[in-house]
Amino acid sequence: MREYRADLHLHTCLSACAEVEMIPPLIVDEALHKGLDLIAVTDHNTSGNAGAVMEAARGSSLLVLPGMELQCQEEVEILCLFETLAQALAWQSEVETHLLPLSNDAERFGPQFLVDAAGEFVDEDARFYQGPVRMTLATAVHRVQTLGGLVIPAHIDRPSGGVLGVLGIWPPELESVDAAEVSPNIRPSQARQTYPFLPGIALITGSDAHWLDQMGRAITIFVMEEAPPTLACMRRAFHGEGNRRVYVP
Amino acid sequence: MKIQDIVEQLQWEVLAGAGRLDADAQGGYVADLLSCVMAGAQPGQLWFTLQTHLNIIAVASLTGVAGIVVTESAPVAPETIAKAEAEGVILLSSSEPTFETLVKLTQIGF
Repeated sequence: MREYRADLHLHTCLSACAEVEMIPPLIVDEALHKGLDLIAVTDHNTSGNAGAVMEAARGSSLLVLPGMELQCQEEVEILCLFETLAQALAWQSEVETHLLPLSNDAERFGPQFLVDAAGEFVDEDARFYQGPVRMTLATAVHRVQTLGGLVIPAHIDRPSGGVLGVLGIWPPELESVDAAEVSPNIRPSQARQTYPFLPGIALITGSDAHWLDQMGRAITIFVMEEAPPTLACMRRAFHGEGNRRVYVP
Repeated sequence: MKIQDIVEQLQWEVLAGAGRLDADAQGGYVADLLSCVMAGAQPGQLWFTLQTHLNIIAVASLTGVAGIVVTESAPVAPETIAKAEAEGVILLSSSEPTFETLVKLTQIGF
């Protein structure tokens, strides 16, 4: 067993609200500098830059999971994490058919840049990611899990976008999730005190970084076997199987 | 004011609780974030919302509001309607946006 320092919630320059410095080589450098072993790329409603970050990390000790922070129709946000880029892109093409038929207003929301592994400009994405997609939470959870992905409700304590802020109490469609993320503003133990009705699932945290300096400000430690981490290992760590576990330092 | 009278005058649709409309409602609360409703709504009020997730029924029971009024004819899933019937929650629908709904409500003396 060994410890993996993980930050499973961060944005690239493809999220309109993120800084333009969030490009693959700088994200990888920052993660390594902060001693992270595992990160996930979770832009709003798209996985368009996930492959570029994975490529930028190739040959380093950093493992990058492709993912997405989806805002469902109810305006609840969930992290969707995948093992392979193919799974993430399959999910992205499903989500694309449910996007609101609006364009991103780069002047007001900020630009959305698709970049390559070197951080070079590829395209400006004008689709609307800064709001909910027309897919229910129930459908999203079911579809991500069917594709083999992990669903982790994001910053559950946050008034906007967090499941407890939006839906008040734990909804039935989240009974199948393996873990939930609390925001950097609260410790998991405080969350359990504040929300005694929370299910007995693992509580993790992540930085939700929108600029480099924020990366690693909140991390989760996975205690897992000495092998390249997989979603299956992470699931076992969430459930405390064997000597595996997760904790927030 | 009796919910029945409001429903008739403003032509709201009754999605659940048709047999219990002789109940009284007084005052109201407007929010789509259920955490706010849990903290702020008072028993006997009408709650106006665009949120149609299943949890609205649990939150209505919890707070003891007189009924939920979904505005702008926001689509309500059959599960939510069935849960409202099962829990004895009055679930209504107004075709107009929340602001116009409330203006009309005050015009009939609510």
